[in-house]
Amino acid sequence: MYTTEFDYHRAGSVQEALALLAANPDAKLLAGGHSLIPAMKLRLASPPALIDVSKVAGLRGIRLEGVEVVIGAMTTHRDVEFSDVLRAACPLLSQVAPLIGDPMVRNRGTVGGALAHADPAADYPASMLALGASMTIASTSGERTVPADEFFTGMFETAVAPGELLTEIRVPAATLGEGQAYEKFAHPASRYAIAGVAAVVRTQGGSVSSARVAMTGAGYHAMRLTKVEEALVGQTPTPEVVEAAVRGAVSPDELLGDHFASAEYRAHLVEVQARKAILRALGSAG
Amino acid sequence: MNRVPINLNVNGKATRSDVEPRQLLVHFLRDTLGLTGTHVGCDTSQCGACTVHVDGEAVKSCTLFAVQADGASVTTIEGLAHEGRLHALQEGFWEMHGLQCGFCTPGMIMSAADLLAHEPDPSEEQIRHALEGNFCRCTGYHNIVRAVRHAAEANARGASSEPVVAADD
Repeated sequence: MYTTEFDYHRAGSVQEALALLAANPDAKLLAGGHSLIPAMKLRLASPPALIDVSKVAGLRGIRLEGVEVVIGAMTTHRDVEFSDVLRAACPLLSQVAPLIGDPMVRNRGTVGGALAHADPAADYPASMLALGASMTIASTSGERTVPADEFFTGMFETAVAPGELLTEIRVPAATLGEGQAYEKFAHPASRYAIAGVAAVVRTQGGSVSSARVAMTGAGYHAMRLTKVEEALVGQTPTPEVVEAAVRGAVSPDELLGDHFASAEYRAHLVEVQARKAILRALGSAG
Repeated sequence: MNRVPINLNVNGKATRSDVEPRQLLVHFLRDTLGLTGTHVGCDTSQCGACTVHVDGEAVKSCTLFAVQADGASVTTIEGLAHEGRLHALQEGFWEMHGLQCGFCTPGMIMSAADLLAHEPDPSEEQIRHALEGNFCRCTGYHNIVRAVRHAAEANARGASSEPVVAADD
């Protein structure tokens, strides 16, 4: 299948990418292309120009910077999957990456591309919310930082404005007593999340001192499950407490329904995945 | 129609070409270079029949514009046999009956080659996970997994593979 015709531009630096964006306001940014190219082949998208940012210098790589892990936006899912830095400092992302697509998709797809695309069933968004990540966004007027909580604004919509480029993701490194886990119920064919839940839970002296729990796949965009978080904090995390905390985690009114899974079924799946993720996070708390 | 120049190294041979930006790598390989061993299956990034290596990593060449591979080294199924000897994976698929119709086989082998490059001794589970992006509608996958194990074991023994059997033998 051929896409419609387009002009191709390759940016070598962030400045060059921003200048190309300014000169081609209708252009789409091309990272790994594993959401955009299929959409273009199906003619769901027909941008007049593509700006390839996959080779922008300095945007690929994972490094520890103080108490944060910094992930360049053009870091591939494969880089995440095999990163020793993440395995030690952010095991959640090491769990999530190998669940995305398949090996060939992971070889091309990028963290920044996936987050900026904001597919409602993508795996990373729930993790970024649970981790309390922040996104660095560049524009010709400088850089700004957006917390994950304000990043996902709608279905395929994010805080990245026209003319801007997501350059890096900053994730707080795991601390003592913290456990992280992601559980998803995948669509049997596409493997996208029908309901996925990421949990980052910290315990201190036998009780939960903080909990960040977020879901993806079931709603219009990834979101925190704040009722669940509030029900956990301060409690001794027995299986019964967790079971009670996830009950009614999200209302079907807030969720998507389709021929595969109704909103009510997704609400149920969110509870199940939340229970599994929280219990596994608690079990892995170091 | 605008065309842009690209330089690729395909199976060890440098090639320069002017391509339409929208030309997919798989069509460049098949239609421009005549390397028809790489197949177009689903054309929707699912089946993996079009898998080739770009700079050593398995990718779906139906989901990559040729222009994105500018400057890269590309290996296709045609580039695996070496000096008239089949690659260990090609031997494995032959020995273990890892194919029936053969349509998915080039992609299976290219994905398995990526796996063996970073995991020379994979378990059955690792093989199945690594081949998640490759669909086979004939074999039920069982013999494909055995074929990959066969190749891993042959590599571990350092056994030299048999010479390619010529078509008129």
